[in-house]
Amino acid sequence: MANLKTVSKKSKAQSMGMHTEVLTGRTQQKFFNPDEAENFYYFGTYDVDFNKRTDLDVKDMTAPEANKEIDNLMSQGYGTIVIKNPQGKHSLGVGILNKLNLIFEGSLGYFGMGSCDGPIVRINGRVGWSCAENLMAGKVVIEKNAGSCFGAAIRGGDLICKGSVGARTGIDMKGGTIIIGGDAGAFTGFMMQRGRIIILGDVGINLGDSMYDGTIFVGGEIGSYGSDAVDSELTSNDQDWLKRKLKVAEIGENFDVSKMKKIVAGKKLWNYDNLEPTEKKGAI
Amino acid sequence: MCGIAGLIHRGKSSNVGSELQGMLQALKHRGEDSTGYALYGDTDGKNFIMRFKVGENVGEGSSSVMEDVSVYDERKKIVDQTLDEMGAKVVKEERTLPYSLRYELDYNVKDLLEFSQRIESIPGVEILSMGKSLEVIKDLGNAKMVCDRYSLDKVVGTHAIGHARMATESGVDIKSAHPFWGYPFSDVSVVHNGQLTNYWNNRRVLENKGMRFMSECDSELIAVYIAEKMRDGATLEEGMKASLTGLDGVFTYFVATKDSLGMAKDTMAAKPLVLYESDDLVAMGSEEIAIRSVLPQEIDTYDPFDGEVKVWQI
Repeated sequence: MANLKTVSKKSKAQSMGMHTEVLTGRTQQKFFNPDEAENFYYFGTYDVDFNKRTDLDVKDMTAPEANKEIDNLMSQGYGTIVIKNPQGKHSLGVGILNKLNLIFEGSLGYFGMGSCDGPIVRINGRVGWSCAENLMAGKVVIEKNAGSCFGAAIRGGDLICKGSVGARTGIDMKGGTIIIGGDAGAFTGFMMQRGRIIILGDVGINLGDSMYDGTIFVGGEIGSYGSDAVDSELTSNDQDWLKRKLKVAEIGENFDVSKMKKIVAGKKLWNYDNLEPTEKKGAI
Repeated sequence: MCGIAGLIHRGKSSNVGSELQGMLQALKHRGEDSTGYALYGDTDGKNFIMRFKVGENVGEGSSSVMEDVSVYDERKKIVDQTLDEMGAKVVKEERTLPYSLRYELDYNVKDLLEFSQRIESIPGVEILSMGKSLEVIKDLGNAKMVCDRYSLDKVVGTHAIGHARMATESGVDIKSAHPFWGYPFSDVSVVHNGQLTNYWNNRRVLENKGMRFMSECDSELIAVYIAEKMRDGATLEEGMKASLTGLDGVFTYFVATKDSLGMAKDTMAAKPLVLYESDDLVAMGSEEIAIRSVLPQEIDTYDPFDGEVKVWQI
């Protein structure tokens, strides 16, 4: 393996066996130059004002209609949108790449808040499977329970469920933080590659199965450990971080973090640990 | 993919036919090859209700072979003759469709095995359900189509389970549609979402023990598996708990009896289920929108965990 710190991005990718073909069309990667301020924004995002607030009743709307209307309201500068009557509809609030204060007065179905980057979301209800899948940045808070695959493949941001969650929470996650106030189901942290999961309650069987990297903190009982998941020492730095995170998450403020268990990957997989995050980003 | 839904009212009856239709119709995107209802209606409990078919729906998308209605008539005649020979008196007869019939039988028997074996020995005849409260109605199409075809929206009862099917492992026909009757037990029915991978191994064992399979649909195994456990003296809950290790694959399923409703989820929790529970109603489905069709207001729901079994009484 080449020394990845001394070679170009293309060579790094080749060294790691990754493709290097030129990306075109919708997959084309955009690079931002901080010196060119006018170009330093996502295409299609809006300058919104958090103090400009409106309600949106989606009772008689389909999910695409509701999502389109959220986009329309953002284009008008609304920075705080309250969604009324979501009634468990699927795929609400997906693909928001904007600063936005979004509040759902009720529950969401599957794939709610998927592929978002930046919004602050509060869901005063429950969410179904795959909530906030692929979250890049921002904060999503669920006041009640969540279904399976909670926070699947998230890259960043904070995803908080004050109740309990189903199976495979944080499956394939590559960054960010998931915080669970209650219990979590089987295969939590399955194949996680980076990021942190905090569970204040109990967790089911096969915790952290096949995890590459990342850290899982558990406050309650563990059903069983998955392959490659092992205990690690809970340091004072960990405890400080946990206290800060729980305070921000508005749950478990009085929770005794010193008794939490810390679970990490027990195997060194591939060359994963050798890469600094910035190098990884460049290579991928 | 398939979707399942069920509800049980505790301490009262309700319009379960209409309620289940709403729940299943909300799940139609999970599959509308066929839809089935297992309705536990209010009856006086004196007579058996036998739902059976003498042919298949050969409409668009069906994998069945077209037969002439005269063939159905001939089979019905043999059924009538066989019932007469066994001393079962037909109190009421309804022929909703040429291939689908409902009989109310004045028949005093505890073990339905011999009865069912004789009826189903008639080629082309299958009992969809047998019980004093249970009626299984299943046909091709989505929930509303089946409900309209059989006028199910007026059925009043205590509980019901249903299934919206996307056919993957077997044909698009009524015999492969859910719910499955827990043959030969009165008033037992099953719906399933998932896939069983040790179907043939279990089927061979169960057939050697005298159990019967009518289709090659893997879901039928659950009904037969639990029926066999109950035949050996297990309670419904014990049979369901045994299935968590006895059945291999991914599954969420419901079982209903005359006075109870149960759910089981496999140890990998690979198939979805959302559950709402209150003192007077339990409603559950593959997706929350199914529950919302009967409870539009904001409610507290949750996903049962892996390997969980729950049973509720009316």
